[in-house]
Amino acid sequence: MSQVQKYNGQDADIQLWTFPGGIHPPERKAPANQEPIRRFPLADEFIIPLRQHIGALSEVQVSVGDHVRKGDLLSAPGIEHGLPVHAPTSGEIIEIGEFPLNHPSGLSGPGIRLRSDHEDTWGQRHPLPDYRNQSHLTVLEHLQRMGIAGLGGAGFPTARKVAGARGIDCLIINGAECEPYIAADDRLMREHAAEIVRGSLILQWMTHASSILIAIEDNKPEAIAAMREAVAQTREQLSAEQQSDFVLKVVVIPTKYPSGGERQLIQILTGKQVPAHGLPADIGILMHNTGTAWAICRAIEHGEPLLERVVTLTGESIGSPCTAWVPLGTPVQHVLAHVDFTPEAQQRVIIGGPMMGFTLPHLQVPVIKTTNCILAPTRKELPPAGQEMPCIRCGACADVCPASLLPQQLYWLANAQDYDGLKAHHLADCIECGACAYVCPSEIPLVQYYRQAKAEMREQAIEHHKAEIARQRFEARQARLEREKEERLERHAQAAKAREEALAARKQQAEQRSASGTTDDAMPDANSDPVASAVARAKARKAEREAARNEESSAVTGTDTVQAQDPKKAAVAAAVARAKARKEAQAAAQKDTETNTEASTPEDKKKAAVAAAVARAKARKAAKQKDEDS
Amino acid sequence: MSWVLGIIALSVLALVAGLILGFAAIRFRVEGDPIVEQIDQILPQTQCGQCGYPGCRPYAQAIADGDEINKCPPGGQATIDRLADLLGREAKPLDAAHGAEDVKKVAVIREDECIGCTKCIQACPVDAIIGATRQMHTVIADECTGCDLCVEPCPVDCIDMLPLPTKPERWTWNLEQIPVQNITDAAATTETSERGPA
Amino acid sequence: MSFFIASSPHHHMRRNTADLMRLVLLAMVPGVLAQWYFFGWGVILQIALAISVALAAEALCLLARNREASSGLRDYTAVVTAALLAISIPPLAPWWVIVIGTLFSIVIVKHLFGGVGHNIFNPAMAGYVLLLISFPAQMTSWLPPVTIAHELPGFWDSVRLLLFGFTGDGYSLEQIRHVDTGAMLDAVVMATPLDHIKTELAQGFTLSEAKGAVIFQGVAGSGWQWVNLAYLAGGLYLLKQRVISWHIPGALLGTLAVFALLGAVFAPDQLPNVDIHLFSGATMLAAFFIATDPVSAATSTRGKLIYAALIGLLIYVIRTWGGYPDAVAFAVLLANLCVPVIDQYTKPTAYGHHEERS
Ligand code: SF4
Ligand code: SF4
Repeated sequence: MSQVQKYNGQDADIQLWTFPGGIHPPERKAPANQEPIRRFPLADEFIIPLRQHIGALSEVQVSVGDHVRKGDLLSAPGIEHGLPVHAPTSGEIIEIGEFPLNHPSGLSGPGIRLRSDHEDTWGQRHPLPDYRNQSHLTVLEHLQRMGIAGLGGAGFPTARKVAGARGIDCLIINGAECEPYIAADDRLMREHAAEIVRGSLILQWMTHASSILIAIEDNKPEAIAAMREAVAQTREQLSAEQQSDFVLKVVVIPTKYPSGGERQLIQILTGKQVPAHGLPADIGILMHNTGTAWAICRAIEHGEPLLERVVTLTGESIGSPCTAWVPLGTPVQHVLAHVDFTPEAQQRVIIGGPMMGFTLPHLQVPVIKTTNCILAPTRKELPPAGQEMPCIRCGACADVCPASLLPQQLYWLANAQDYDGLKAHHLADCIECGACAYVCPSEIPLVQYYRQAKAEMREQAIEHHKAEIARQRFEARQARLEREKEERLERHAQAAKAREEALAARKQQAEQRSASGTTDDAMPDANSDPVASAVARAKARKAEREAARNEESSAVTGTDTVQAQDPKKAAVAAAVARAKARKEAQAAAQKDTETNTEASTPEDKKKAAVAAAVARAKARKAAKQKDEDS
Repeated sequence: MSWVLGIIALSVLALVAGLILGFAAIRFRVEGDPIVEQIDQILPQTQCGQCGYPGCRPYAQAIADGDEINKCPPGGQATIDRLADLLGREAKPLDAAHGAEDVKKVAVIREDECIGCTKCIQACPVDAIIGATRQMHTVIADECTGCDLCVEPCPVDCIDMLPLPTKPERWTWNLEQIPVQNITDAAATTETSERGPA
Repeated sequence: MSFFIASSPHHHMRRNTADLMRLVLLAMVPGVLAQWYFFGWGVILQIALAISVALAAEALCLLARNREASSGLRDYTAVVTAALLAISIPPLAPWWVIVIGTLFSIVIVKHLFGGVGHNIFNPAMAGYVLLLISFPAQMTSWLPPVTIAHELPGFWDSVRLLLFGFTGDGYSLEQIRHVDTGAMLDAVVMATPLDHIKTELAQGFTLSEAKGAVIFQGVAGSGWQWVNLAYLAGGLYLLKQRVISWHIPGALLGTLAVFALLGAVFAPDQLPNVDIHLFSGATMLAAFFIATDPVSAATSTRGKLIYAALIGLLIYVIRTWGGYPDAVAFAVLLANLCVPVIDQYTKPTAYGHHEERS
């Protein structure tokens, strides 16, 4: 990056490269980007999913009934990279459980429901304004505590991304926002340029990058102007030494989808490619979204956790398209209720843009950290894909693929479920940008095929891994059983030996005794005779067993009268009775009367069955009673 | 006499070729996993014994010894196909006598009913159940292969085989399976929930 | 009312296969008109016949393969195949020639290989080659262009010739070809310019002598050059509409031109010149309409260049040293055969994999 000219008051041009392929779908950023960012009244209820990022789950720190204030931690910062979630507003925790997720699958996941008190009172805030005097670790922990995650793409925890990046040369702030319709970053840059720049400086300080490039597509002239001005102002405030330290510049890149893809933007700005299985940090680059830079600035300067974000609300089914600050956890339904959403039949509600977004099955899902757009197009505006036709191998898809893959080949392989072939054709490098499916004249939903194939491959890998573990455990168990058997044999042998020795000793003793002529009265005859002693032992054991059996049967009948009030005990009794009944039924079925004398009489069987039934009924009753009581 | 010469010449040729082939077979032998290993790799390692053998490995051995390849219900058709591929045999449909392909399940002990008899622990082929005599037992869900073997021995019938819930991280993009909500209902709920203090 | 679940992308370029094929058909119009002007009604009749047969065959095949016939018919690929075949054969060839060719193209070359997208060979060219080999006489009996013949059989005469082999006045096709030309040149059977050159050169004449023939009014043969120019115009339209990319026509014509130029430099009297190669025979048709058939062409950009260059080279080689005067069909089929290899070796390097390659 040293060749890049130092900032000199105006924007010196840096050389731009391009990436292969790409498409130019209609941009349609207006009208959503025309008005200032709006703010709606708070929702009554918020659903805060515990997982809004990539990585481990964090642990819930609150319980139902707790009153929380805005910005309070709801879950603990995890050990690995579990990111905490915060109360988006003040209110009461009313439920902790499973809620519909903001996820293409429409599945549910763990989350927290919060009823807003409409006060919106802030809790404790811990700004870190003098971060330059703190250690990097403190700042990283602070960002982690503030729940900062990438606001552009998959929501990777920012602190982790920064901590994992060593030897960063160039920091790229991604304001490309290449997907049609989406204008969240556009508006944010126009209105909060200074904060974005300050956030970038914080990132620069943490990574020691020698240059910051803020990349914006040329279809956002206002955002470019605003950012340029903010950069100029920031520069003036910097000391002379700082000024000569590094490059800070707004780079205007040509509009082409998907230039905002991390790897594509890196290629545009540096001409370099991130190695296939590597990270941008491997070539000295770290990239963050403009929104993330803004969030970092708020977290450091004001101690505000990531509580809200700009969401684009657009599409022709929305009467007043706009961008808006939406607290995280706000149900999509609430947001749409404020923008004149008039659904048509078979309405699509898309989270994200038209190229990579996913549709929602219902509107009870919350806005989360990665929700940059809610798009509700009419069928006329974005007609759904037509009928899928056979691939004609036209190669149009390969021409536009930014990753230089062969989508048509991947499609054949995915259809044939040739996972090795897919690997060889680098399916893993597909960024699912959808450019191929956009141009395909046969209207093949290529990306859907790839995603399914990827998921299938992932499943296979997991299954294979699990099978491997199961095999190892099975073998370990076999070995253990084997070993135990040997040990048992060994013990038996030893016991036999010991007995023999004892016997020999006793004999010797007796001989000695008889030899000495004295008779020991304390030792009964039987004891000296091994056969007799064994018989006695057996008798004793039998008697013991008899007694135990009697006790048990009395316990069973006793439950009916004595323990009816105690549901738990009743349940135990019922279980035992059930077990008995089952055993008997089995015995009866097998007509195996010899081994199980106890249960062979029909009377016993009947009695046990009745007892079981009674016990079950009682238990149920007791349980119901308890429910009613409580 | 020329035909005698011809026969001799051909025989010599055949002999030489045979020798070369034999030599090549020894010299360039592909060192691979023994076939049992490879079969075992393909089997799902559920260790359920539905094939009639006490575990996957014994079945792998049996297959190598010529047993049918369609006796593994947990592996299903995919496993049969892969076995057929590996062994160059014909892929048959799953032998119904050994059970049908089912969704993946995991054993769950209803813990308040468990009497702590340790019978299931002894039955589990992969040691995925922990507990001790007269203590409540529990299944390590991650290690459970869903083999079903612990259900039968339980004297109080407190083990359920529950289908594995789909997690978002392991969702396989079956868009068709997403239940779709009626939008009019959704709109109605919006109305009510919006008429709050706001 | 309910929500609608769909997979991304939710936006599509609104141009499907049928649209592309319709554009291709549209782009053929100037060429067809030129052929109609110079060679009479035959070409129109052939196209009509071929399209009807093709559609019927396509529908039957789809039914036999348990596919929905209507969706297959709507994609227009069969129509394009039929039209290409029809304009490649002599306009007044008997009706059964085009019927057999079309059936072969659709049933065997396309559907027996698995339908749209699965055929290795360009169906029209495979059909053409079958006809050329099976019925060489019928397949070489081109009429002289109107500029020489002065008079072409009318519409009804054309119909009769096609169906019964005779005009209303009882002339056979052979007679027409002779009557027309025989008056001006002694008994030189009317042939295409390329045919003519080939025969003349084989007989030891020089190129300039061969070009002295009346068929060579103009640059590359009277009539033929205009037909080629018309197809060139159609091709440029396709380029402009981005239905095809420049790679295939560019590489094909470029290669052919380069070799023709070399030939002309080294043996100016024995080898036809660039203009003849480019504007005679089916060169333009091949470059813009036949070689660009996506199904049987290479896919990657580099692959397309190689594929088209190969066709160009083969056309030149076969025209110069082969037994057939025009070589487009053979060249295309041979190149089709090479496509899997070309595709294999021109796989673009995926993003982030450059290190592995070098
Ligand atoms: S764009 Fe569609 S039809 Fe063309 S090659 Fe790709 S997948 Fe096949
Ligand atoms: S979705 Fe994948 S294959 Fe398709 S264009 Fe994008 S990167 Fe290429």
